[in-house]
Amino acid sequence: MHIFSLRRAGQLLVVPILAVFSALLVGALLMWIFGDDPLAAYRGLWEGAFGSPRAWSTTVRKMTPLILTGLSVSIAFKAGLFNIGASGQFIVGTVCSVAVGVNFEGVPAHLPLALLAGVVGGLLWGLIPGLLKVFTGAHEVIVTIMLNYVASLFAAWTVYAGGTQGQTPGPLWDVNAGPISRTAEVLASARLPWIFGEPYRVHWGVLLAIGVALAMWWLIFKTTLGFATRTVGANSKAARYAGINVRWITVLTLMIAGGVAGLAGAIETLGLNHRFAPEFTGGVGFDGITVALLGQTNPLGVLLSAFLLGALDAGSARMQFDSGVAADIIQVIQALVLAFVAAPAIIRQIYRLRKPGDLSESTVFSSGWGR
Amino acid sequence: MNHPAVPALEARSITKIFPGVVANQEVSLHVHAGEILALLGENGAGKSTLMNVLFGLYHPTQGEIWVDGQPVTLKTPRDAIALGIGMVHQHFQLVPVMTVIDNIMLGDESIRYGLLDRRSAEERIRALSRQYGLAVDPHSVVEDLPVGIRQRVEILKALYRNAKILILDEPTAVLTPQEIEGLFAVMETLKRQGKAMIFITHKLKEVLRIADRILVLRSGRVVGEADPQTATQPQLAALMVGREVILTVEKGAAHPGAAVLEVTDLQAKNDLGEPALRGVSLQVRSGEIVGVAGVQGNGQTELVEVITGLRRASGGQVRIGGVDRTHASPGQIIHAGRCSHVPEDRHAYGMVDSYTVADNLILNQYAQPPFARAATIQQAAIAEHAEKLVKKFDVRTPSIETPGGSLSGGNQQKMVVAREFSRPIQLLIAAQPTRGIDVGSIEFIHQQIVAKRDEGVAVLLVSAELDEILALSDRIAVIFQGRILDVVDRAAATREGLGLLMAGVKAEPTQGVR
Repeated sequence: MHIFSLRRAGQLLVVPILAVFSALLVGALLMWIFGDDPLAAYRGLWEGAFGSPRAWSTTVRKMTPLILTGLSVSIAFKAGLFNIGASGQFIVGTVCSVAVGVNFEGVPAHLPLALLAGVVGGLLWGLIPGLLKVFTGAHEVIVTIMLNYVASLFAAWTVYAGGTQGQTPGPLWDVNAGPISRTAEVLASARLPWIFGEPYRVHWGVLLAIGVALAMWWLIFKTTLGFATRTVGANSKAARYAGINVRWITVLTLMIAGGVAGLAGAIETLGLNHRFAPEFTGGVGFDGITVALLGQTNPLGVLLSAFLLGALDAGSARMQFDSGVAADIIQVIQALVLAFVAAPAIIRQIYRLRKPGDLSESTVFSSGWGR
Repeated sequence: MNHPAVPALEARSITKIFPGVVANQEVSLHVHAGEILALLGENGAGKSTLMNVLFGLYHPTQGEIWVDGQPVTLKTPRDAIALGIGMVHQHFQLVPVMTVIDNIMLGDESIRYGLLDRRSAEERIRALSRQYGLAVDPHSVVEDLPVGIRQRVEILKALYRNAKILILDEPTAVLTPQEIEGLFAVMETLKRQGKAMIFITHKLKEVLRIADRILVLRSGRVVGEADPQTATQPQLAALMVGREVILTVEKGAAHPGAAVLEVTDLQAKNDLGEPALRGVSLQVRSGEIVGVAGVQGNGQTELVEVITGLRRASGGQVRIGGVDRTHASPGQIIHAGRCSHVPEDRHAYGMVDSYTVADNLILNQYAQPPFARAATIQQAAIAEHAEKLVKKFDVRTPSIETPGGSLSGGNQQKMVVAREFSRPIQLLIAAQPTRGIDVGSIEFIHQQIVAKRDEGVAVLLVSAELDEILALSDRIAVIFQGRILDVVDRAAATREGLGLLMAGVKAEPTQGVR
């Protein structure tokens, strides 16, 4: 496959671009219906995302975890698996990296160890649905959704401040925080350094995330493991026929997906938040689904779509400030983007696109009686 | 036969152009009530395009369609149905989890007081069943029905919509010989009751058997019309392919060597957990072709799956090249066992539709040098390999980057055959190697199988076509209810004798099972 062929790239990009365009259009319509000024809102959005160095830094900061959770969902899709568990894997990654980050003072390579802890945590959280699917047939969608709850409740327990009736506090609770449930700050030796410090707050995690995306692209399209993974996703029977160990690929893929989401949690914590508290949810894990679908589950596409969604997120505060349009409209727009990319038929219908390579006779048989 | 002067359906010089492809060029045909018109042509000859035009799925670039002497415009299949045109698709358009009644009503529901009126639908279905000899239990769920019965449901669906003209697109491709007989009986009944039928196929024998007139299509044009009373198979084949076709396979005597595949007392269960193999013993030596004959569903599929590692054996042994491979993985059997497998279900197992021809040609070799080095895919080697095979095996594809799924059936099969025949092997397992493909490709694949034999490969051929078994095999094993009933030499085999064995009748004591 010529991944760099322009025509192919064009085919891949046309639906996502039109989906975003349509979502912005419908968003504008909604604002107009409610008496707001869409032009002012979008101007504010642009300013907030790209209008200044500060705006750019916010976009980059918001983009970083989205790249990784988007990759997590994407690689699972490549093997025909729907990983809804990026959120839980993100949280487990966070907790594990914090546990290493607040302890082990003076240990050499503290930062790599803390990052690794996050990866391992997410990986194990991905291993569970993988094993359950392979050995019991439990569907990964159900299992990962359930494990999201388990992860967030487990994380809340680890930092629990203890109760007034003398309940035991969680193992990661910061004794100096009094009644507040949270961890101590990660030691300086385990923090990701700033590329640009205050007020920009851009840390090295963004380059790490981009590096992981490139590595993932290579893994999926250039290695035998990637070929096997894509074959399992495209036709698992043919994969078995071809001598591919479908069970192993399923487990491995969910482990990699979990590890990448866990890394997202570690990077957010070690680079930005420096601690964990129960109110830090794994929402970016769910946004990873939008990122992955908008990026057509291609790691390079994920970079683009994470950038776009990061920009929308970054610009929303300024938009609200400038135009008075509630920042929540951004979530509506994101949801619309997801709806449009998840149902490409709508986009193809609206813009009268032909399905690529849809000239063969056989494909038309899908329309049958009564149409 | 007396036909009314006006044809039930007439196409007048239909031309259909797709970007870059002329699928039909000035094709004219007509069919009368009470007549079966056979439309014969290879895959890609334009038969399906023409039928989709007649059913309103495609719009002709030029030309007219007349129904009962009136010119009509078919915008959608709905228009076609309203004019009494019904189509039975090759790939059934049924909802597996719904009952026969619901499937037939779907899109044309009878409503009473705002609710579905299943009772009146059922009555009509029963009446139609009786009238046309289409026995079906209206309450059974479609997924529980055998393929032949599902096809009846499709036909009933068309009749329920008052079809006067039936288009049957490759209706026999999915049927067993017995089911084909059943279908032909139904077609005769429909004919007697005045239905017009267009029967699309590439099987010569069927055409001669059932059609009233034959129209041959090649490269989108009508290249000839034939009368089944006088036409012969070689004539039709030559017309269809455009050159002389060798219908019998030329092969010399086999020179068998040592046993390569040794199956001993093999037992296995089918997908429902019922015993499918009840102690199969079989040997295939190098340099010979052993054909497995039998009515579909007697364990052939399971036998191939167990040998190739896709299904677990519950007992017995499989040895390949002297090594026990009973519980080996498919990968071990392919690589260590040097075994090739042309699978019975090409779409489910043999290929990945969305993969390019090049990637499909290395589907089970992707991790082997020169296609992979240090766990990295070698694009250049894969492309070179693909160019070579596409040429050698005459796979007709716009390029090696074309998705495999967009090739015609015959070319997909050639792609699978190319992959499986182009590496050093000791054992070849070919299951239904020519199912659903055209005469020209069948000839080619048969020659390749014989060539493999002559190279010293052991070949196990499983086919539902008795003609194919007879044409290729050196020895013939007949499978019945999960057991090999007998193994006979090709020279000693007769069609009648095999037919009896396939039905489970063993006339005389064994001639010695080898």
